[in-house]
Amino acid sequence: MRASLFITCYNDTLYPETGRAVVRLLERLGVELDFHPKQTCCGQMHANTGFRCEAFSQAKRFVRLYQDTETVVIPSSSCVAMIRDQYPALIEELGNEELGHQFATLLPRIFELSEFLIDRLGVEDVGAYFPHRVTYHASCHGLRGIHLGDRPFRLLAKVRGLDQAPLPNLDRCCGFGGTFSVKNAEVSSAMLAVKLQDVVSTGAEYCTALDNSCLMHLGGAMHRQYAGMKTIHMAQILASTEEFPAEATL
Amino acid sequence: MSRPAATHPVLDPTLAPPFPQAVLPVLRNPQLRKNVAHAIDVIQAKRASLVAEKTDWQELRSAASAIRTHALENLGTYLEQFETRCTAAGGTVHWAADAAQARQIILDLLRQEKASEVIKIKTMTSAEIQLNPFLEANGVHAFETDLAEIILQLGEGEPSHIVVPALHVNRSQVREIFARTMGLKDLSDDPKVLTNAARTYLRKKFLTIPTAISGANFLIAETGGVVVVESEGNGRMCLTLPQTMITLAGIEKVLPRFQDLEVMLQLLARSATGERMNPYTSIWTGVTPGDGPQKFHVVLLDNGRSSILARSKHRQTLKCIRCAACMNTCPVYRQTGGHAYGSVYPGPIGAILTPQLMQMHHAQSLPYASSLCGACYEVCPVKINIPEVLLELRAEVIDQERKQPGRALDPMYWGLRIANVLFSRAWIFHTAQWFGRIGLGLFTRKDGWIHSLPSVGGKWTQTRDLRGLPNQTFHSWWASRGPQSNGVELIGGTK
Repeated sequence: MRASLFITCYNDTLYPETGRAVVRLLERLGVELDFHPKQTCCGQMHANTGFRCEAFSQAKRFVRLYQDTETVVIPSSSCVAMIRDQYPALIEELGNEELGHQFATLLPRIFELSEFLIDRLGVEDVGAYFPHRVTYHASCHGLRGIHLGDRPFRLLAKVRGLDQAPLPNLDRCCGFGGTFSVKNAEVSSAMLAVKLQDVVSTGAEYCTALDNSCLMHLGGAMHRQYAGMKTIHMAQILASTEEFPAEATL
Repeated sequence: MSRPAATHPVLDPTLAPPFPQAVLPVLRNPQLRKNVAHAIDVIQAKRASLVAEKTDWQELRSAASAIRTHALENLGTYLEQFETRCTAAGGTVHWAADAAQARQIILDLLRQEKASEVIKIKTMTSAEIQLNPFLEANGVHAFETDLAEIILQLGEGEPSHIVVPALHVNRSQVREIFARTMGLKDLSDDPKVLTNAARTYLRKKFLTIPTAISGANFLIAETGGVVVVESEGNGRMCLTLPQTMITLAGIEKVLPRFQDLEVMLQLLARSATGERMNPYTSIWTGVTPGDGPQKFHVVLLDNGRSSILARSKHRQTLKCIRCAACMNTCPVYRQTGGHAYGSVYPGPIGAILTPQLMQMHHAQSLPYASSLCGACYEVCPVKINIPEVLLELRAEVIDQERKQPGRALDPMYWGLRIANVLFSRAWIFHTAQWFGRIGLGLFTRKDGWIHSLPSVGGKWTQTRDLRGLPNQTFHSWWASRGPQSNGVELIGGTK
């Protein structure tokens, strides 16, 4: 199995350890992984803020870059949601027929990490070991955007030593929302405070998710408030073994 | 005892402050936030359990969406049919292009009746056209008869929700308002006692004022009938006791057939109040001699609706049946309540409806009053894809900004314009990452975290830290790792 990793702009810059974990995890599972050096961003930030032309130019770039790729894996549910939900309209409005065709053939080959593991590789037990109490935060784009369903829970259930702590109000947004977090910083912070209460109430050591953007938000507040908890991308949990345990990185 | 109207919100989109500013007094009001969160959590839980018992909920949503879409796509036909049938049944239909016309039509009708007082059943549309202050200025006092609207009118408050307008007011605040305005010194805050106080107040109005104004939940094209659903029965009193009835309705409220109510009423009550059926459903068609109002007028209001209708992606906004499920589930509304939206239509539906009704000349901050979490779309009984419309409107706001040179001074605006250049070539992006690491390094403390940033970054760090940028990006790690390596030794932390 060959796959190409789209790391996403913010993971590349802020969370390279997530990318390294994906590499380790997928290579351990026998995937022949490659990385396109020209990749940058999917355009989500621009699209969600209303910069449609800019978002389109990034969408076009993404489609051109990956059109010949067998499978694309993306460890960020919101970027996958961007591609699935917003690219069609952007390309229809601003693109041409050729680009539309290229996108249509590429789309079914794009996978979020947990989708890739379960739907494409057919594995739930990835051989991970992570002896900690962990609560899973369902990011809105993972939950309602690309309908990950119980995939994250099935993956976590097979991690040896891991104790899952259910998160109350699982379907409630953490308040990040991309530029919303600074355009409406006060409301975003109020939403974050409520979410953090729920997260801390689980008594977990780690809060995990399939999207580092929510984790940046939650982790930033945990650090500010000395919450005694850390965040970790699920790729790092799944990559972790007894021999090479994942350090907490936030 | 704090009065709910202490900080008077502005529900006029032409005057209201932008959302990020409007939320500040609310976020500093713990009592109000507690009232809002408690109220919508209760409604949400009731809704969820009643939706769960419907095995055909998704089919009902699809049917409702199809009915509303069809009605809107053939709106002209159905409105004309409604006018014909309503007129044949003894009603009179008036057409109002905008708020000013609608207000004048209603005032003229009231003057024909020589009315100095009028009773009203809750109508958000009348608040949209700011009818009450206009009537007051022209010598007609409007008495609200919906319990929540009475609380707000007597307490000089503004609605913060379209189904439960006084949701931000709690029982002890209601007691204070009633005690003060009705002269009832010994009133307790027992709901029964409060309800009885309102009942006594209302009965006098119902029995003495012969003219009424209502809104409409639906207009039935097939029969010319008008439908109002409510919980208290005060609406039923308003609709049956007066001699003259004036109904104000947005043109989008039309349903093609009577039987469409079968779908709509199942969805509306469950979505709005978490009930299987709302207690009172009133349907009246024209005039019936000797029974109910003998003069009946319908004022059909456009006020920006036809410009929404003309645009294919925006049109779905008008499918709304005003159930408020979107605001009850909205994590933003849960923190802010309704007043911050600066419009009689708050929450996610308000965030898309208000700027469109204003033809994008006002309320440009509202499409950004959402984290795009998608919860509103999931619960909407008529499947309005609110996030999709929010994004359409955001693109329009940015297109406006592009034409305003002054706005380019906004750091968010040029930040995103520059970011687009950075993302256009990998080498530019990588260079920017390098400069970013140097720049942010100046703000990174010994613990490896950034605690304070200037400008837009300060909006982040006012409540959140940011981990400092790691020394190596992923792509440079990938480039540096040997072809034989499997990444194992490098998986751990970033220290």
